Amino acid sequence: MAAAAKAGEATLRHAFGNVLSFFILLLIGVLAFSIRLFSVIKYESVIHEFDPYFNYRVTQFLTKNGIYDFWNWFDDRTWYPLGRVIGGTVYPGLTLTAGTIWWLLNSLNIPLSVETVCVFTAPIFSAFASWATYLLTKEVKGAGAGLTAAALLAMVPSYISRSVAGSYDNEAVAIFALIITFYLYIKTLNTGSLFYATLNAIAYFYMVCSWGGYTFIINLIPMHVLLCIVTGRYSSRLYIAYAPLVVLGTLLAALVPVVGFNAVMTSEHFASFLVFIILHVVALVYYIKGILSPKMFKVAVTLVVSVGLVVCCAVIAILVALVASSPTKGWSGRSLSLLDPTYASKYIPIIASVSEHQPPTWPSYFMDINVLAFLVPAGIIACFLPLSDASSFVVLYIVTSVYFSGVMVRLMLVFAPAACIMSGIALSQAFDVFTRSIKFQLLRILGFSEADAGDGSSANVVPENDAVKVDKSEETIKERPSRKNKKKEKEQMEKAQAEKTSAKSKTEKRLLVLPMELSVIGLLLLVFMGAFYVVHCVWAAAEAYSAPSIVLTSYTHEGLHVFDDFREAYAWLRHNTEVDDKVASWWDYGYQTTAMANRTVIVDNNTWNNTHIATVGTAMSSPEKAAWEIFNSLDVKYVLVVFGGLVGYPSDDINKFLWMVRIGGGVFPHIKEPDYLRDGQYRIDSQATPTMLNCLMYKLSYYRFVETDGKGFDRVRRTEIGKKYFKLTHFEEVFTTHHWMVRIYKLKPSKNRIRGKMKKSKSRTSTPSSKRSGSRKKNPWQ
Amino acid sequence: MEALLRPRIMLSLTIILIPIFLFISGASSHQIRINNAERRIDLSTHIVKVFLTLKVENTGKTSASEILLAFPPTQVDHLAFLEALAATGKKKKKTYVSLAVKPTQLPDAPNETNYYTIVLANPLNTGETATLEILYILTHSLEPFPVEISQSESQLVYYRDSALILSPYHIKQQTTFIKIPSNKVESFTRVEPTDRAGNELKYGPYEDRPPYSYSPLLVHFENNNPFSVVEELVREVEISHWGNLQITEQYKLAHAGARHKGIFSRVDYQSKPTFSGVSSFKHLLARLPPRVHSVYYRDEIGNISTSHLRADSWKISELEIEPRYPLFGGWRATFVIGYGLPLEDFLFESSDGRRYLNFTFGCPLVETVVDKLTIKVVLPEGAKGPSAVVPFPVEQRLETKYSYLDVVGRTVVVLEKKNVVPVHNIPFQVYYTFKPIFMLAEPMMLASAFFLFFTACVAYLHVDLSIRK
Repeated sequence: MAAAAKAGEATLRHAFGNVLSFFILLLIGVLAFSIRLFSVIKYESVIHEFDPYFNYRVTQFLTKNGIYDFWNWFDDRTWYPLGRVIGGTVYPGLTLTAGTIWWLLNSLNIPLSVETVCVFTAPIFSAFASWATYLLTKEVKGAGAGLTAAALLAMVPSYISRSVAGSYDNEAVAIFALIITFYLYIKTLNTGSLFYATLNAIAYFYMVCSWGGYTFIINLIPMHVLLCIVTGRYSSRLYIAYAPLVVLGTLLAALVPVVGFNAVMTSEHFASFLVFIILHVVALVYYIKGILSPKMFKVAVTLVVSVGLVVCCAVIAILVALVASSPTKGWSGRSLSLLDPTYASKYIPIIASVSEHQPPTWPSYFMDINVLAFLVPAGIIACFLPLSDASSFVVLYIVTSVYFSGVMVRLMLVFAPAACIMSGIALSQAFDVFTRSIKFQLLRILGFSEADAGDGSSANVVPENDAVKVDKSEETIKERPSRKNKKKEKEQMEKAQAEKTSAKSKTEKRLLVLPMELSVIGLLLLVFMGAFYVVHCVWAAAEAYSAPSIVLTSYTHEGLHVFDDFREAYAWLRHNTEVDDKVASWWDYGYQTTAMANRTVIVDNNTWNNTHIATVGTAMSSPEKAAWEIFNSLDVKYVLVVFGGLVGYPSDDINKFLWMVRIGGGVFPHIKEPDYLRDGQYRIDSQATPTMLNCLMYKLSYYRFVETDGKGFDRVRRTEIGKKYFKLTHFEEVFTTHHWMVRIYKLKPSKNRIRGKMKKSKSRTSTPSSKRSGSRKKNPWQ
Repeated sequence: MEALLRPRIMLSLTIILIPIFLFISGASSHQIRINNAERRIDLSTHIVKVFLTLKVENTGKTSASEILLAFPPTQVDHLAFLEALAATGKKKKKTYVSLAVKPTQLPDAPNETNYYTIVLANPLNTGETATLEILYILTHSLEPFPVEISQSESQLVYYRDSALILSPYHIKQQTTFIKIPSNKVESFTRVEPTDRAGNELKYGPYEDRPPYSYSPLLVHFENNNPFSVVEELVREVEISHWGNLQITEQYKLAHAGARHKGIFSRVDYQSKPTFSGVSSFKHLLARLPPRVHSVYYRDEIGNISTSHLRADSWKISELEIEPRYPLFGGWRATFVIGYGLPLEDFLFESSDGRRYLNFTFGCPLVETVVDKLTIKVVLPEGAKGPSAVVPFPVEQRLETKYSYLDVVGRTVVVLEKKNVVPVHNIPFQVYYTFKPIFMLAEPMMLASAFFLFFTACVAYLHVDLSIRK
């Protein structure tokens, strides 16, 4: 009777617990969504930065022309005159996701524009990602840790920086795909269900569709499998978790055009196949071990090992030879720079020139994950008490992602979920210990006998670990009798196990009781730390990461001042130039020009052709005439430069100029970096070198700049410019925005040949012309 | 034929005298005579307004009920608006009666002259006189010359017309006044007597001109007023019976003046505003109805931050907008203005139980020509029997639009008109019948959808479909 009442009470408690977790999760989702809306509230509902504009343009194309045209899309408005095959070179996950959402809404007659859907895709998927984190952490350490980790992930600044409303980039959906793939892997590992294994392969497929970072998954999971095998944790569940993933996942991945045969050919995927073979060997060994007597088994092992070694050596030798025959050892440049952090800066300046490929600084860790950095070690320790398959996976995840985030600041994004999971575990365990101690001490103070108190504490404050397991079984009894029946045996086994562990943990918990004062102080400190984290995250979301970067604002004594120069220039180009005109600019502005101005560009942010970019870099760093010739040979009609000297906008083209010289010089050796340097620095003041003062970038940036204030004071470089008065001979200014941030020049048509004039000019400028002709020979477009 | 050609000195100018009265059918041209005609042409903006005062006398035997107005073919294409008023009463107590005007084809019109017939309220008996006040508005009639100007030049335009009023009737005495925006006149045709005083040119008085007298007139003068032309404007008025009227206006704006040539220098534009880019414009003023709310101003790439709204609950609200960049000749810009209005100000119930929307036709931008205006009135879902009442001829058709959770779609009344000028900003009505129960359709639909969803969830949780127990 009493037992039944107790059981009833327990079900009620669990029902309440479930409803409570459901609402907490709902609120976490709302939090994840709404904390990312600062950009819309403070600025406007607009696509941010550079890459999102490309994704937006692709989505527009998809919604307008349909999926088949999308796969076959050859984009002739970029990389002129080469063009770009969009369907085969883009990760289509994000585009297809947003396109599907848009299509669904429109077929329900909810007329949202493509732009609105794109802007809000990232916040929606952040909510999904925090729910996926809950699921993953729940599999590792129980629901309490899951909820904490989900709440932490919902507002981790590192993730916010890539997923504010309007930041319509691959990472927005990829983090969700990453976490859900890991969750399904762990779930399969814990249950051994082929159903979850299939789902896992599909989730992996979604990840492959979404982001190049999928290689992280396909290397991390094999590493974990290998770890399990080495530590003697091989089980049939491990086999089910891994083998279908490799087979199905690789087949599915090969369906994505951008991956295609890379899924089996490149070295990034090599580890997964190797582990696949090892796993089968191990499985075979376990099987043979099962059917043979120990004596026979020993004989068999010696036989197999001796033959197997020979075969293995042969295979490995062939593989090594194959891999070594390719120049990059079968690795892509970005992957290589991950393994060897100095690789990019040595060989590929174009990868090194992207700020998000630089290694992060220490403050950026504090900025991006804040107090989580201190909680992570505690979480790792918690994962080792006790170490399970799942928790070892999480530990492996955090260790590898810490390394990768240390190489590339952009991969902080992969590190953030791991940090959240670890901190969630740590916080949840710490709260667990503190609250239990308080309860225990309270009961003792109130005069209960120690035995009772101990009992009470373990009965009432059910540790999360047990709670989940009991929870799970009860849930299945109530909700899914059919499923439950199938797994009855397993459940019972699990229950028994759970009871065993709970019995064990009971004794442990007795030992873990802390003094009252200490627990209260610890609890307060934890709450204080959490509050600090929340405040920091809200600040980061509101102030640091919500600027769309195409609109700049500043607060002056008169109030808010808006710098909307980029869109001014793009709108001007869109409406006042011919639709087929080509616009040359540094590659940073390529995506924006094609998306906002709808004009053909020479290079864009998809930096697939280094030579082409080097050509533009060469033109920008050449003198006017040589630059005109390069641009003219490329059919360019307008040249766009970004100039921040008037208003002090630091990321302008003069500050990016060193990369133009470096990339240009990397391909065309007549551009020599030392020519532009004075004392190892790029200077534009009176100390600048003549090459610098005569290059196109300098001239286009500072043309008639001196007339604004009479001195030509550059507010970014904080100096007066070196050459103040000069004329342009081959270019003419056609548009400059309100704050001079974007300047557009038109190439003058080539002059009619006049016999006398030609002669005269030749005789007059004999020396420079010879020099010029020398450089012209090296010009690749002649 | 020669009888018409009275020997007169025509000051070396070609005169096109078209002797057609013999061929014109109808006796009206014989019997009507214009005693006095005064024409005032206002060229101060790019919209040409002509005020014509005619004193008409019936000299024939029978009474006349129609007066013909003639327009040369070059003008008739640009004629945006034509209105005729009959003045009655003495000087102080003059009252004006609006008269019906309709285009007319005459079989033997000389040189493709086009006619409009003014139908008089009371037929004009023999010997009677009447005073007609006629206003017509021409668009795209100022031709920039030079066609291309650079940033520092000001804009010069040609205006072509006839010094003599083109008319199928004999005109006894006529005078033309041309008002130009500034004193700067490059040249103007002299048809003696011609006089210039400040910014006004006076042609005439000319006496006793036979029908279809014509004397070309060319004025070349400076006009730096904004030549703002909306090439296409789509105004969508969406009625929601929950109390809101949502208006979305899509503009394709262009500067129709002399094309900009060569460089655009921001230094010059910012430091010398009086010399540089005088013919360009960067401000536009939109007059929106009172009690306007939730105004937005954007284009296809996002919000445009340069706008100011002076909203008022009683008077007209003024929205001052700036395009993203100043518009020089030939430059274009597109943008969208949207705003909401309280429904009770615009939706009324007529005596026969139908509802009607009373809304302003035309473009809210001040001093702007609209080449093609489309007004789409989106009626609520379930509205029936739509009919539009517009005080001037427009093209009408019906469309269907699907908006938030529509099932059968909303009826859209589409009104199209070309060549719209600010005088067209007068109310029009759209009548329809609507049962208020339709307002509940969408909330009920949503509620039932959620209800079904939760029912399905409950059912799923309580049904055991497993085969093995």
